[in-house]
Amino acid sequence: MAVATQRQRRLGRLERPALAGVLVRELINYSSYWRSSMFSSTVDPTIYLLAFGFGFGSLVSEIGGYRYVEFVGTGTVATAVLFSSAFPAMFGTFVKYQFQRTYDAILAAPVDTEELVTAEALWMAIRAGVYGCVPLVVALFFGLDPAWGMLTVPGIAFISGFGWACFGIAVAGFAKSIDNFSYIVSAVLTPLFLVAGTFFPLDGLPEWAQVAGELNPLHHSVELVRGAAFGFEGWIDLLRVGVLVLFGLALWRIAIHAMTRKLVD
Amino acid sequence: MSDELAIRLRGAVKRYDEITAVDGLDLDVPYGTCVGLLGPNGAGKSTTMRLLTAQAIADEGELEVLGFRLPDESKQARAQLGVSPQLDNLDVTLTVEQNLLVFAFLYRIGRADRRGAIERALELANLVDRRDSRVDKLSGGMRRRLLIARALVHRPRLVLLDEPTVGLDPQVRQGMWALIDALRAEGTTILMSTHYIEEAQRLADTVLIMSHGKAVAAGAPGELVAEHAGRQAVEVYGPPNRLAEVEEEARAAGLRTRRTGTSVSVLGIDSADGGAPEGERRPANLEDVFVLLTGEEID
Repeated sequence: MAVATQRQRRLGRLERPALAGVLVRELINYSSYWRSSMFSSTVDPTIYLLAFGFGFGSLVSEIGGYRYVEFVGTGTVATAVLFSSAFPAMFGTFVKYQFQRTYDAILAAPVDTEELVTAEALWMAIRAGVYGCVPLVVALFFGLDPAWGMLTVPGIAFISGFGWACFGIAVAGFAKSIDNFSYIVSAVLTPLFLVAGTFFPLDGLPEWAQVAGELNPLHHSVELVRGAAFGFEGWIDLLRVGVLVLFGLALWRIAIHAMTRKLVD
Repeated sequence: MSDELAIRLRGAVKRYDEITAVDGLDLDVPYGTCVGLLGPNGAGKSTTMRLLTAQAIADEGELEVLGFRLPDESKQARAQLGVSPQLDNLDVTLTVEQNLLVFAFLYRIGRADRRGAIERALELANLVDRRDSRVDKLSGGMRRRLLIARALVHRPRLVLLDEPTVGLDPQVRQGMWALIDALRAEGTTILMSTHYIEEAQRLADTVLIMSHGKAVAAGAPGELVAEHAGRQAVEVYGPPNRLAEVEEEARAAGLRTRRTGTSVSVLGIDSADGGAPEGERRPANLEDVFVLLTGEEID
């Protein structure tokens, strides 16, 4: 009982110097691996954009009133966000915990687990905010019209990147071995990635799949980015932002819980 | 709350499922001293270290570090604490200096003092020339020194060294001892765990012998030896049947023995000179104490 109240008191205490310390560590490390990270997080969705955009684009010229390359170009922003947050969070967290024991070193300094998790998620969210813009920039080169609304894309990418980073950290926290990730990738991330309205609109799907799609945070990121490019839909888009914020907050707490279990005996 | 003790544990217990890793441990580390935790692998030394940084939460007992109660006030304690872990957790793709810079931030050293703190740590660990080397290009000994430098970058009042020389070559180990000794001379309070007897004997003001999560004896190395193992031992070499004979004779004479690989040590012979067998006389040491008290061989 006493332990429980002590833990509660520590919970939620986020000190700025602790967050800054962890972020600085990531930033300095990033200087040694930014090329490969930038490469995989941006080239992957760009290839999707080009392959689907031109492959399908030759069969389907228009979807929902947009040219197909515009449809996919805006949709793959969410893909880039997913690839640059959930995947590095899963693998990076596991490697830092299991093989590099980085977290042991950080937690011996005046940093608590919630600060560590929060700073790591913020870092990946910031990165996702930048990487997420790449497909949009590529699409601009292929004829997407610039719009003022696009300036909100880094923000949308940041919010959803934070949620996916926390998702990845939580998965790494619960996973017993790195092989467990295959289940998450195949059973969770791949379906979410495909049924997000990125490559085809959800309204052509059976009703149950449409309902399921509304529960997919990735779908809301896709729709928000389309809103940013082609015009927002008012309160529906606000609702989507709300869903992404809730998704992020919930996964944030779950990630902290999972990592506390893992890091503190 | 204690003014004289940097670490104060009373009845600390830590259980992992079936295993009780730390089992009612009392530990005092007075300011300005170097205390050695001595024990074989699995004695609970590393768990004790984790308790002190609140990376493990004790199931029972009172724990105080630098006057802060654990686990509630652990973060305040950690701000003034340096930890050199048993398992290397440096950022291997960063340079020596970058590793120190990261910890200068984690330990909240102000912008004005950061450069000076890093220079001081580099000098202390004798790594000034290697500041721009990537960690994965360093030798094992240099990595160990960097781990210690990283723990000292914020001038902590207390340093925890978990097996600081494990896995090092003998001559490199002596270099580490010189570094730890220099720290001690500066007045830094040190808690060091080790399973090398010689290390504890050379560096520690007091030694706490651990076995199965408990403290079985504590005191200055010399006093522990005098108290438990007497002044001298005789080491007898020979074929196995000869060694068994020696053991039997010694037991009959009321002396204690222990096997040391190819020989038998007959202990505490200064009190029974007449019954001592022929062999090499040597001063009694901490290892004798350890074996006598725990019945376990170290290493």
